[in-house]
Amino acid sequence: MRKSLEKYYRIDKLPHIWCPGCGHGIITGAVVRAIDNLKLDKDKICIVSGIGCSSRAPGYLNFNTLHTTHGRALAFATGIKLARPDLKVIVLTGDGDCTAIGGNHFIHACRRNIDITTVVFNNSIYGMTSGQYSPMTPLGAYATTAPYGNIDRNFDLCKLAQASGATYVARGTVYHVPQLIKIIEKALQHKGFSVVETLSICPTYFGRKNKLGSPVKMMEMLRDNSITVKAAEKMPREEMVNKIVIGEFFEENAPEYTEEYMKIIQRAQGEE
Amino acid sequence: MSEKNFEIKINEKACKRCGICIAFCPKKVFSSENDKPVVVNPDACTKCKLCEIRCPDFAIVVGGDDDDDK
Ligand SMILES: Cc1ncc(C[n+]2csc(CCOP(=O)(O)OP(=O)(O)O)c2C)c(N)n1
Ligand code: SF4
Ligand code: SF4
Ligand code: SF4
Ligand SMILES: [Mg+2]
Repeated sequence: MRKSLEKYYRIDKLPHIWCPGCGHGIITGAVVRAIDNLKLDKDKICIVSGIGCSSRAPGYLNFNTLHTTHGRALAFATGIKLARPDLKVIVLTGDGDCTAIGGNHFIHACRRNIDITTVVFNNSIYGMTSGQYSPMTPLGAYATTAPYGNIDRNFDLCKLAQASGATYVARGTVYHVPQLIKIIEKALQHKGFSVVETLSICPTYFGRKNKLGSPVKMMEMLRDNSITVKAAEKMPREEMVNKIVIGEFFEENAPEYTEEYMKIIQRAQGEE
Repeated sequence: MSEKNFEIKINEKACKRCGICIAFCPKKVFSSENDKPVVVNPDACTKCKLCEIRCPDFAIVVGGDDDDDK
């Protein structure tokens, strides 16, 4: 590890438990580099997660961290942010954690526009519990619980986030890491609820169930199937099937929840 | 690049031999020895650091430990 980054990790907890070639380590590294690039005070950051392989990430990170219960990272993070609005609160969550059991917390955190940055580690499956489909598993893909192929359509998480009220929405992948770091930097600097969906790879379950081959092959798929938001705008609909659109989708300034809440407290206390 | 203290360091203990660095180095700096990445072509390295930022196990440092340019 690069010496200048060591302070951000709990070195004694490494190596991490993730499988060889698991994309979650790449996302974790990108989050750390984004924080380092922005020179944020690491003691003023709180990183919160739920349950899953992805949600193990904060355990390796030397910040204020909280590993909570499945799906509830955003509920805990909301409490932290309201109690300590001075902290930068970051949620690291999986596709299952965020969109299945935690789906309701997610849409309401978006709606409130609370100043939290959420990075979703989307490997299209429940990795930790050995490969059940999640609401992000693509139509037709195989999973332990979809031995004949998944008949459920997956969410478009970025569209869901934007429609629910998130004020910064972007998507990256573990192949396009320089772009991912930049997107996370933008999300961290944004005031309001920011969402960075990151396509990760789970060679052990999603890869194996869908016969996708090695981590290298899965990375090649991310490389070959991704197109930028700009290119997607010009592409005919038929050609968009199975394409991963990456980049920034949405950014807007809107009233932020903790600030609005403070105003209410002041009004209630007659300090207006 | 052949600056004096330039180095591509791979922490063998941390490496899980996923092959990502070997496959995606634009300059084919690494080769695979029983899945283990070995630096075979350091002079071709452009210091793009893609291998470093894509390593899932934080096992690569490009430019030597003290190199701090981003
Ligand atoms: C209340 C509750 N329900 C179910 C589980 C079992 N469980 C643990 S992790 C997980 C899914 C994790 O999937 P995801 O968030 O996509 O993370 P990944 O492991 O893929 O990174 C489930 C269902 C649990 N721990 N708690
Ligand atoms: S099971 Fe999948 S998500 Fe979990 S550590 Fe292994 S590769 Fe990563
Ligand atoms: S990317 Fe990292 S873990 Fe994978 S083979 Fe290279 S050094 Fe080893
Ligand atoms: S820094 Fe770039 S060119 Fe050099 S070894 Fe790494 S990927 Fe290859
Ligand atoms: Mg998952």
